[in-house]
Amino acid sequence: MEYIIMIISAVLVSNIVLANFLGICPFLGVSGKITTASGMAGAVLFVMAVASIVTWMIQQYILTPFGLGFLQTIAFILVIAALVQVVEIILKKVSPPLYQALGVFLPLITTNCAILGVALLITQKEYNLIEGTIYAIGNALGFALALIIFAGIREHLELMEVPKGMRGMPIALVVAGILSLAFMGFANLV
Amino acid sequence: MDQMKNFTKGFFKDNPVFVMLLGMCPTLATTSSAINGLGMGIATTFVLTMANIVISLIKNLVPDKVRIPIFIVVVASFVTIVDLVMAGYAPALHAQLGIFIPLIVVNCIVLGRAEAFASRNNVFSSMIDGLGMGLGFAMALTLLGSVREMLGNYSLFGHKFIQTDGILVFILSPGAFIALGFLIALINKVTKKV
Amino acid sequence: MAKLESTFLNMFLTLLTVTAISSLGAGVVYNLTKEPIAEVARQKQQRAIEQVMPGFDEYRRFAVMPANGQDSLIFFEGTKDGEVIGVAVNTYTNLGYSGLIKLMVGFRPDGTIVNYEVLDHKETPGLGSKIAEGFKEQFSGKNPVDFKLTVTKDGGEVDAITAATISSRAVCDALSRAFVTYEEVKKQQNQ
Repeated sequence: MEYIIMIISAVLVSNIVLANFLGICPFLGVSGKITTASGMAGAVLFVMAVASIVTWMIQQYILTPFGLGFLQTIAFILVIAALVQVVEIILKKVSPPLYQALGVFLPLITTNCAILGVALLITQKEYNLIEGTIYAIGNALGFALALIIFAGIREHLELMEVPKGMRGMPIALVVAGILSLAFMGFANLV
Repeated sequence: MDQMKNFTKGFFKDNPVFVMLLGMCPTLATTSSAINGLGMGIATTFVLTMANIVISLIKNLVPDKVRIPIFIVVVASFVTIVDLVMAGYAPALHAQLGIFIPLIVVNCIVLGRAEAFASRNNVFSSMIDGLGMGLGFAMALTLLGSVREMLGNYSLFGHKFIQTDGILVFILSPGAFIALGFLIALINKVTKKV
Repeated sequence: MAKLESTFLNMFLTLLTVTAISSLGAGVVYNLTKEPIAEVARQKQQRAIEQVMPGFDEYRRFAVMPANGQDSLIFFEGTKDGEVIGVAVNTYTNLGYSGLIKLMVGFRPDGTIVNYEVLDHKETPGLGSKIAEGFKEQFSGKNPVDFKLTVTKDGGEVDAITAATISSRAVCDALSRAFVTYEEVKKQQNQ
């Protein structure tokens, strides 16, 4: 039951993109079409879940016992970079069209602050391995939700008459702001 | 290379936030007040400049296929240094910026400049590039932070000029998006892009 | 400008070297900043004690295990001219929205709350983070003997922060833990 609350909290109440400002670059960059957005969301879900598990174990069994907490940033980002490489290789073999569609955004998952951010949050909140994994999956789902809703809105926005000065990034940001405002309505859900 | 142009490009022509649209996460997250934006900007400038210098120094010793992980590790070490120094000597700012200090390592601006500039230019130019882009970033963050603080808290750098609660939404998440959106539109208009 | 060839050995060695040097560098700075960082924490605690228990000239420190909880509470019993003027209690709760919240709360000898300072929290900025602001004013001068330390939603007298009931409840939990333990301590001292 606790885990369900954790997931609802991560997806709605404290959405990683709309409330915590993590994962903005891909959020603004890949949300042009729903299909690419879904592909990105899937890739992020995989990397976020696996990265959280691996970084948790490194923190638990290597960094903390040996007093190497200050190496956290270096260690975590290396793990994430390696994982993204692995995902790239797998995706190339398993689904070349998706690999092509994601293009340069795939290696950019390494710099997706949501992944490092969630890994860091898990150690900060001192979750155990199961809680941490559920938290990571919840946040990845929250990222996916925000991304896909936003992509849907942007696809419609393409067909609208937007004032010249607001076209492109400005109107996208304002829309994201309104979406964030909407999600604030979930504040007292849990 | 015209070092003056090299230095100033980060402020207007190639401003990382308003023109290149990079580094959005910290831009939105750390600008709930002017001082937070400024602090974040300066911390990032330090990391960017030092990383640019080191990466430019070792650029010929780095095998091409493994360059991204190596750049990332270099950046991560300077981020760790900034994190520790701030924890010891600027604790209030460190607490305010929180998780976004270690997140400087995934700031696309830092890796972006390493890849696009420092790995292809000499040390001095790379240093100037880092300083210019970093300070341009800092300027953008301070500007956004000031706007959000003035509208959201009726204060600037902590000095309140109207003694009531401001338009709260500007200090919260939605306000960041909206304020940045309008700011970019305004800048586009002013620089006659539209 | 010829770069090093991308052979597996080269890649492995350069990555290893760079990582080793970076880690060493980080380690050096870590050792250099250890003292200042510890000093910051000490000063924070000292400031908190002074905020919640004003007017002491000396204090003695002791730890007490609360009836409910896994970690002990640290008591700072303050005296002025030899007379006990109150205690500052370093208390905690695990019921925060984002987990652990640490508070320093000051009680007068009769149990009245002077004030509290939030030492550490990870609550939501703009919402739960308000436990460190106006929310705490309602506790000053209240004695938990007759002031129900629970939120109004749960039948108590504490005005919760709008949209941050969990954070508000957590603070009540930390304060109760401190108060109940202080009552126990006083009982022991009077025996």
